[in-house]
Amino acid sequence: MNIFVLMKRTFDTEEKILIENGSISEDDAEFIINPYDEYAIEEALQLKEAHGGEVTVVTVGSEESEKELRTALAMGCDKAVLINIEEDLEDGDQFTTAKILYEFLKDKEADIILAGNVAIDGGSGQVGPRLAELLDIPYVTTITNIEIDGKNVKIVRDVEGDSEIIETTLPLLVTAQQGLNEPRYPSLPGIMKAKKKPLEELELDDLDLEEEDVMPKTKTLEIYLPPKKEAGKILQGELQDQVKELVSLLRSEAKVI
Amino acid sequence: MARKVFVLGEIRDQFLRNVSFEALAAGKIISEGGEVVAGLIGENVRTLANDMIYYGADRVVIVEDEKLKYYSPDGYSQAVMAIIDSEKPDAIIFGHTALGKDLSPKIAAKLNAGLISDATAVEIVGGNVVFTRPIYSGKAFEKKIITDGIIFATVRPNNIPPLEKNESRSGEVASISVEIKDLRTIVREVVQNAAEGVDLSEAKVIVAGGRGVKSAEGFEPLKELASVLGGAVGASRGACDANYCDYSLQIGQTGKVVTPDLYIACGISGAIQHLAGMSNSKVIVAINKDPEANIFNVADYGIVGDLFEVVPMLTEEFKKLKIHSS
Ligand SMILES: Cc1cc2nc3c(=O)[nH]c(=O)nc-3n(C[C@H](O)[C@H](O)[C@H](O)COP(=O)(O)OP(=O)(O)OC[C@H]3O[C@@H](n4cnc5c(N)ncnc54)[C@H](O)[C@@H]3O)c2cc1C
Repeated sequence: MNIFVLMKRTFDTEEKILIENGSISEDDAEFIINPYDEYAIEEALQLKEAHGGEVTVVTVGSEESEKELRTALAMGCDKAVLINIEEDLEDGDQFTTAKILYEFLKDKEADIILAGNVAIDGGSGQVGPRLAELLDIPYVTTITNIEIDGKNVKIVRDVEGDSEIIETTLPLLVTAQQGLNEPRYPSLPGIMKAKKKPLEELELDDLDLEEEDVMPKTKTLEIYLPPKKEAGKILQGELQDQVKELVSLLRSEAKVI
Repeated sequence: MARKVFVLGEIRDQFLRNVSFEALAAGKIISEGGEVVAGLIGENVRTLANDMIYYGADRVVIVEDEKLKYYSPDGYSQAVMAIIDSEKPDAIIFGHTALGKDLSPKIAAKLNAGLISDATAVEIVGGNVVFTRPIYSGKAFEKKIITDGIIFATVRPNNIPPLEKNESRSGEVASISVEIKDLRTIVREVVQNAAEGVDLSEAKVIVAGGRGVKSAEGFEPLKELASVLGGAVGASRGACDANYCDYSLQIGQTGKVVTPDLYIACGISGAIQHLAGMSNSKVIVAINKDPEANIFNVADYGIVGDLFEVVPMLTEEFKKLKIHSS
C-alpha cells in the first residue's frame, strides 16, 4: 500500500503563549508533532504492518520541521518529505497548505492519506478535507477505527461523541481522532535508523508553483491574549455557608442563574 | 456594504440546533442590511423553515432527498453547491459543529475560497468583516479577515447571541431539486453514545466531573445538580479513561470545546488539556478538596472541600431558589 501521512510541527501543549511584536513568540518554546498527527502516523504504521507497503511522512514548513520528521522516521516511517516554504512565502493559510500538498501528491498515486483532524495551534482542521477535494478522492474525518479489505474500507467516525459506521473505498483521505490508537515511542534502534532514512527537501519551484498560486485568502489583523482573569474567590467558613454564599454570588454578582 | 449572506441551518433529531440561530445572527451582522438566505438540507426539512425566518432569515431555500437523511460530504456538498450556484451569495456561514467542520473545507476548496473556522465573534470594522477566533486552544485569540473572494466562516456554538425569536416575520420558502448521486462514503449505522438530555456543546450550564468522582455512581449527584439547573453533565478525560462515564462527555483539547454561562468543575484538577475545552466559559466554579489544584487558577469561585458533601448541598440550595422564584 502506498501510504502518506501529513504532519505539522506545533507548540508543545504545555507551552505558555507569549506575544512579541504582534506575533506569538517562538523563542525557547518546545515543539512537538501535532498530537493528532501522531495518531495518524501510528495508524499508517499499523496499516503498513498489516498490508505491506511504504509510509511517507510529509510536512509543509521550515528547516526546523526536520526534527519532527526525523521523529516520525524513528517511529517507523520509511521516507520523509519537507516542503520548505520559508524562503518563498511570507504568509500562508489553509488554502496555501492544501494547494501545495495537492501539487506534491497529485501524481503520487496514494492509496491512503492520513492526517490529524486538527492542529492544536491554528485549530482550523481544514487541510485534510481541502486536499481530498482537490485530489478528488473521498474523505472521512475524526476517525476512531479503520479496517481495510482490498479496496473496501470500514470506518468508525466520532461525531460529537456518537459513532458513525461508514463504508467507503480506496483511494481515501482520513483524519485521526483521539482513541484511534496509542502512538508508539521511537525505539533506540529506530532513532539510529532514522538518521539514514531519506529526507527529501522541496521548494515551491520544485512543484512548479509560483508565489501567486498559493497566496493566502485570509489575513490575520491582530493576535492577542485573553484578558487576564482576576484571581478567583475561594470561599471561606462553614461548608454550608460557603454553599449558600456561592448560590447568592452566582445569582447577584455573576448573574448566571 | 449590503451583502447577501447564505446561512446553513443544522438539524439534529428533527430539530434545528441552536447554532443555526447563532449563525443567522452572524449572517445578519455581515449582511449590513442586505439579505440573509437560509439553507436547510435533509430528507424532510420544510416544517423547520419558518423557525429560520423567525430567527432572522429573509428567505429559506430547501433541498430534500432521501439520500440526504444522513450527512455525507458528497451529498451535502452537492446540495450546498446547488444553493450557492443559484443564490450567488457574498458570504457563507456554517456552524462549527461536526457537520460544519467536515463540510466547510470541502466547499471552500470547491469555491477556491478562504475559510475562517471556529469564529467566536464577528463585527464590521471600516467596511471589513472581522472575525475573532481562539488559537492555541484558547490561550490566545486572533482577528481575521478574508482578503480575496467570497467571505466564508464557521461559528462556534454558544458564542454569538441569537436574535430574539419573532413569529410575526414571514418569508419565502423555496425548494430546489438537486440530483444527489455518487456518494463515495455511506453511513451504515449511527451508534448514539451520548446521554439523553441537553446537548453538551450548546448547554448554558455544565456540571463536569473528574477522577475525583471516583465511580460511575459518583456521577449521580452531579446529574441531579445538572438537572436542577437545566444543564448537561460533562467530564474530564481522567473520568472517561477510568470508565466512570462515556467518552462522549469528555471536555477538553481532544473532547468537546464548550463555552457555557456556568461551568461547575467537580473533582477535576485542571490540566492544561482540560482547560483547553472550557476556559472560555463565562463563569467557572471549582469544587476540589486540594486547595493547590490548578483548576482554582481559572475559577471565578472556588470551594475547597469534598464534592460528595458540596454537590448535594448545592443541589438543595438551588432547589430552594427555584421554589422561591416560581
Ligand atoms: C494529548 C493529550 C490530550 C488530552 N486531552 C484531554 C481532554 O480533552 N480533556 C481532559 O480532561 N484531559 C485531557 N488530557 C488529560 C489531562 O492531561 C489530565 O490527565 C486529565 O484532565 C486529568 O483528569 P482529572 O482532572 O479528572 O484527574 P486528576 O488530575 O487525577 O484530578 C482529580 C482531582 O480530583 C480531586 N478530588 C479527588 N477526590 C475528591 C473529592 N472527594 N472531592 C473533591 N475533589 C476531589 C483531586 O484533588 C484532583 O484535583 C489529555 C492529555 C494528553 C496528553
